[in-house]
Amino acid sequence: MARTERTGVVAGPETISGPATTAGRPPRRRGLRKRIELTVLLGPPLLLFVLFVFVPIVFAVWYSLYNWSGYGPLTDFVGLQNYQGVLSGAVFRESLLHNVIIAALSVVIQLPISIALALLLNRSMRGRTILRLAVFTPYVLSEATTAVMWLLLLEPGGFVDALLKAVGLGGLTHQWLASTSLVLYTLFVVVTWKYIGFGIVLLLAGLQGIPAELREAAAIDGATPWQATRQVTLPLLGPTIRIWIFLSVIGSLQLFDIVWIMTQGGPANASSTMVTYLIFNGVQRTEFGYGAAVSVVLFIISFAFALAYQRFALRRDTAGAATRAVG
Amino acid sequence: MPAAYLVILLVLAITLVPMLYLIVGGFRTTAQLNSSPTGLPHPWVWSNYGSVLTSSTFWDAVGNSAVIAVVATGLAVAFGSMAAFALSRYAFPGREALYLLFVAGLLFPANLAALPLFLLLQRIGLLDNLLGVALPEAAFSLPVTIVILRPFMRAIPGELQDAAVVDGATRIRFFLRILLPLSRPALITVGILAFITSWNAYLLPLVVFNTPAHFPLPLAVATFQSTYTQDTARVFAFTALSMVPALAIFVFAQRKLVGGLVGAVKG
Repeated sequence: MARTERTGVVAGPETISGPATTAGRPPRRRGLRKRIELTVLLGPPLLLFVLFVFVPIVFAVWYSLYNWSGYGPLTDFVGLQNYQGVLSGAVFRESLLHNVIIAALSVVIQLPISIALALLLNRSMRGRTILRLAVFTPYVLSEATTAVMWLLLLEPGGFVDALLKAVGLGGLTHQWLASTSLVLYTLFVVVTWKYIGFGIVLLLAGLQGIPAELREAAAIDGATPWQATRQVTLPLLGPTIRIWIFLSVIGSLQLFDIVWIMTQGGPANASSTMVTYLIFNGVQRTEFGYGAAVSVVLFIISFAFALAYQRFALRRDTAGAATRAVG
Repeated sequence: MPAAYLVILLVLAITLVPMLYLIVGGFRTTAQLNSSPTGLPHPWVWSNYGSVLTSSTFWDAVGNSAVIAVVATGLAVAFGSMAAFALSRYAFPGREALYLLFVAGLLFPANLAALPLFLLLQRIGLLDNLLGVALPEAAFSLPVTIVILRPFMRAIPGELQDAAVVDGATRIRFFLRILLPLSRPALITVGILAFITSWNAYLLPLVVFNTPAHFPLPLAVATFQSTYTQDTARVFAFTALSMVPALAIFVFAQRKLVGGLVGAVKG
């Protein structure tokens, strides 16, 4: 009876239009109708998705078997030669290493900072909402804006250098983006500035799912706040942390915009990533066949990581779309 | 806890000072910026912001970004909700396989597909065309849209649909008149996610567009910076202004966005 009331409110009077017709139809016509509906509902999304997500992958595999730089038909079939070139190339391996370094630094440095700040922001304090919004702001800016902003800040003798001098750390000023040994770490700092707010908001969401009673119970049992955090909060935050790691590594593997705008992968490939390598060789030098092979290799690396991570790390978690997404 | 407040103050400074510096820098001249990088404007000059705001480069870019983002978001939300409805409220063979196919799209980040997409767009003649960016962006937003919408639509009680059918409504009518309005919070979340993804995209526009008049904002910002290296103050102003639309959307949508992320993460 509550049901009838609710329906009346939600459906409104206009849907009440005479006797039920659908239920009275012969089953044959109902089946046909359902099929038409499914075609109308699923056809357009499926078409868009297959055309722009899956067809390009097929294209990439196909083109990758040819030596082709954009002119004339595909005729110069070279088999797996492009792949050989990619995998044995020193610059590609260096780029892959840079991606791995960024991913590893994210887990080792960004994650602990994010957890600490999330724990801090999870406590009740004045201005908490404003603080959360503030740390999230850089995530909303475009990568391009972020990159140009930091280019301006990091100019030799620019704001960052002047600031260091002003606080008596003038000895720390460096060629932030021109030094081959430093540039990757400078970019990591910029990446951290841009994305750490997202991690904090994600972890805050995870923290909100942990009942306060559990910590209180631990406190009654004599646990110090530090022990309660280590033994109760962090283990329960596990699923969120594992999703953060997943998103962070996938993001690190496809890092491009910030690097391209700030350094183009230079100087001397010291900050190249797999995607800057792809764009430099595939698009700028119009080696489309070779670039397609790079794309396929990137797909395989990211796919293999996702599957392995799902298999070994996310298996037990049921929280979160990304978990179900892979499995 | 003074230590906690100190940490928070430090985090706030690191987060906000770079953006403030950019905005304030736009009110200085290049000579001022060069002679004292950390100084305040003296005197304040309005000409940098003025010249950017009266230039077609800036407004063209804003317009292009808006058109691309609106088309991409509209398609992603419309098609995504159609697919999520079919995948949540119909029983048919192969339903779960189809769902997994869409979900598999999450494993192919758009950045990795830039060159294959370029080759495809070249073939179907969509290079240097706003649709050549908007359509792939919509397609790449579909997986996350469906992943968020399907459980949401599933959770709406089946009795509601039964009642609508008894009242003579077809399934499609139920979808349009009852399910979509009830799904509004989730639709807003996926819409905002798709919009921001499109608004901030750089790589796909970089490979698709040749004509500067077609550039969306991120591409225009990067191009402006590399074109006017001598006119630093104007680069400050242009870049600062490029933050405004994103920040405005954020202020408008922050509650929904942050809340929606929470919903998305918790399934």
